[in-house]
Amino acid sequence: MRRAVLLSILGLSIASGLAAQTRPVVIGGKNFTESYLLAEMLAQILESRSVTVRRQTGLGGTLVAFQALVSGEIDAYPEYSGTISQAIFQMEGDPNEAELAAALTPLGVELLPALGFNNTYALAVTSETAGQYGLERISDLADYPGLRFGLSHEFRDRSDGWPGLKRSYDLPQDSSGIEHGLAYQALLEGDIDVTDAYSTDGDLLRYDLVVLEDDLEFFPSYLAMPLVRADLDPDIKTALSLLSDTLNDATMRALNAEVIVEEKSFAQVASAFLLAQGLIDSGEIESQGLWPTLGRNTLVHLKLTGIAVLLACLTGLGLALSVYRSPSLSAGVLYTAGLLQTIPSIALLALLIPIAGVGQVPAIIALFLYSLLPIARNAITALVTIDPLLRRVAVALGLTELQQLRHVYLPLALPHVLAGVRIAAVVSIGTATLAAFIGAGGLGEPIVTGLALNDTGLILQGALPAALLALCAELLFEGLERWLVPRHLLSAQIPG
Amino acid sequence: MSGIIEFRAVAKHYGETEVFRGLDLDIHAGFTTALVGESGSGKSTLLQLINGLQRPDAGTVSIFGHAVPSTNLAPFRRRIGYAVQGTGLFPHMRVFRNIALLGELEGWSGEALESRTDELMTLMALSEQLKHRYPHELSGGQQQRVGICRALFLKPEILLLDEPFSGVDPLTRRDIHERFMTLMAAEPATVVLVTHDMDEATRLAEELIIIQDGKIMRRGKAGQQPDSAYVARLFGRGDK
Repeated sequence: MRRAVLLSILGLSIASGLAAQTRPVVIGGKNFTESYLLAEMLAQILESRSVTVRRQTGLGGTLVAFQALVSGEIDAYPEYSGTISQAIFQMEGDPNEAELAAALTPLGVELLPALGFNNTYALAVTSETAGQYGLERISDLADYPGLRFGLSHEFRDRSDGWPGLKRSYDLPQDSSGIEHGLAYQALLEGDIDVTDAYSTDGDLLRYDLVVLEDDLEFFPSYLAMPLVRADLDPDIKTALSLLSDTLNDATMRALNAEVIVEEKSFAQVASAFLLAQGLIDSGEIESQGLWPTLGRNTLVHLKLTGIAVLLACLTGLGLALSVYRSPSLSAGVLYTAGLLQTIPSIALLALLIPIAGVGQVPAIIALFLYSLLPIARNAITALVTIDPLLRRVAVALGLTELQQLRHVYLPLALPHVLAGVRIAAVVSIGTATLAAFIGAGGLGEPIVTGLALNDTGLILQGALPAALLALCAELLFEGLERWLVPRHLLSAQIPG
Repeated sequence: MSGIIEFRAVAKHYGETEVFRGLDLDIHAGFTTALVGESGSGKSTLLQLINGLQRPDAGTVSIFGHAVPSTNLAPFRRRIGYAVQGTGLFPHMRVFRNIALLGELEGWSGEALESRTDELMTLMALSEQLKHRYPHELSGGQQQRVGICRALFLKPEILLLDEPFSGVDPLTRRDIHERFMTLMAAEPATVVLVTHDMDEATRLAEELIIIQDGKIMRRGKAGQQPDSAYVARLFGRGDK
């Protein structure tokens, strides 16, 4: 079993090494429906032109995706003008495309022409409310002071949200705060009359809501546009530009709704749209079945945790052996490892992006750092607590230092050390699901996608195998302990 | 007459506490010498100076005519057997491996390991079936005998015994004493026995060295009567 796992890890590493040599174009995307869909469209356009594509979707946030692009981990991903100006560059006002392009050039990044829709903030009302008061534009709202505004907390706080909107349109109403996820329900049940939304949200269609026109053009524009690396092959840039001006707000909203309401796959929705636009020749989707996807995710997951835990074993044991004779050094090592452990995993992954980029390398580094504490702590504790009489006897009998370690200290420490590795492995398998946020893949991928789509089934496709894998790790180590450690030492050492 | 073990002007402290100062002592080859004293008298420290577990702060300890080496002590220690109170058997090794470990490390053949183990176990009246048990599956007396077998595996010239027979009932103890004497008759060695039990010392040793507070109070042949309150106390007859 142990050998099989090692062999499969080895095989996987070789396979990924070969894949790297063919240099596929890597299309990235963030972890919400629209970004998955746009990334899928970009990928299919290239694939229909016989370009090998790798998808790196579900990246956990703007900074992760943009950093991945700048560092060359991905070659392109869909972004929004407002996000580029506000979140990436903290620019003032509403810069035009030329200004954005100028800011991006020094980083080796290019803007492709805008896709045509503007996914900005919007105010939405039910169709009944719109009919009752004859609402079409935001300025119409000023005439009805009795309308109740239930707005998301972020929108109420942002200067380009409610405070500025109220001032610009001279709206007489006050607003109350509500969780965005609950707002549509409250709207339908008549608890509130107006809420904020993203203009291309598929839920607007699902609930038959009316988006009011921003007639004073108050909201900054969030025009969707692909960002690409400047050094990308010009032919590929040209191909990706084909998507420009093919999508307006209503089309995008409808496509999003197809995914979240009709539960079609990203690939299906994207190919149907591209086919209708004449951007691809055939709508044949290479849809991967559940099992191959599951198998691939599981292998990546095993690779991430396997390498990390193996490295942590070597380092942790090495550290333990070099410090256990000195109480102050031991305390120092445990303190440092403990400190690493307290950094929340998402924060650690984010902190690693500037150093190690995105993808599997930072994920392995993070998992390695987390695994270090249980392994080092258990190894040091085990070595320090070896019966002093046994130490004295080992020395007095004439065992060399190496022989003392090999025949006495390590075998006596083994139950504790194995218990530490076991904890590290199980915790790593759980934590590695978060690595999908930085594009490392694994069983976190369906979880991240499932979270974006609010799709429990998809979440379970990641969560269940991860739980099973953790269970297998438990059993594997239990077997190892039984095999390697005499029973009477085991029962005394394994903490309940 | 010089000894196989020589202490010359040896001093030893533990922090502020002085254990020895200016200690001179010769221990002669081919005899069993008992170091007898109460706990804290320094007798165990004396023993550990012989195999280099402790280093003297001043003076020299010489074995086989050379000062105890300060580096690469392992080969030196393999010429000196060591058995200790509480046996110090390795709990993760079966009896056979506990006894034969040093031979294994010396690169003996499996056959040689087996036959030497069998030889020692027979001399110590340990039945063959115990070979494949773990130490915790043996009685206290059996564990002590295994400890003696381990100490003698490489036929050391010197055997150091640090109260190895304490902690078992008197009958078992007497039995182990007899076994030990049989073993010594078969494989003679220079034995240094540390004990606080004068009966044990007089039974096993030819020579007694009585230690009190780091000083040698008296040295003589076994079998002499107590001549001081301290010695009488060691005999277990001094307490009123």
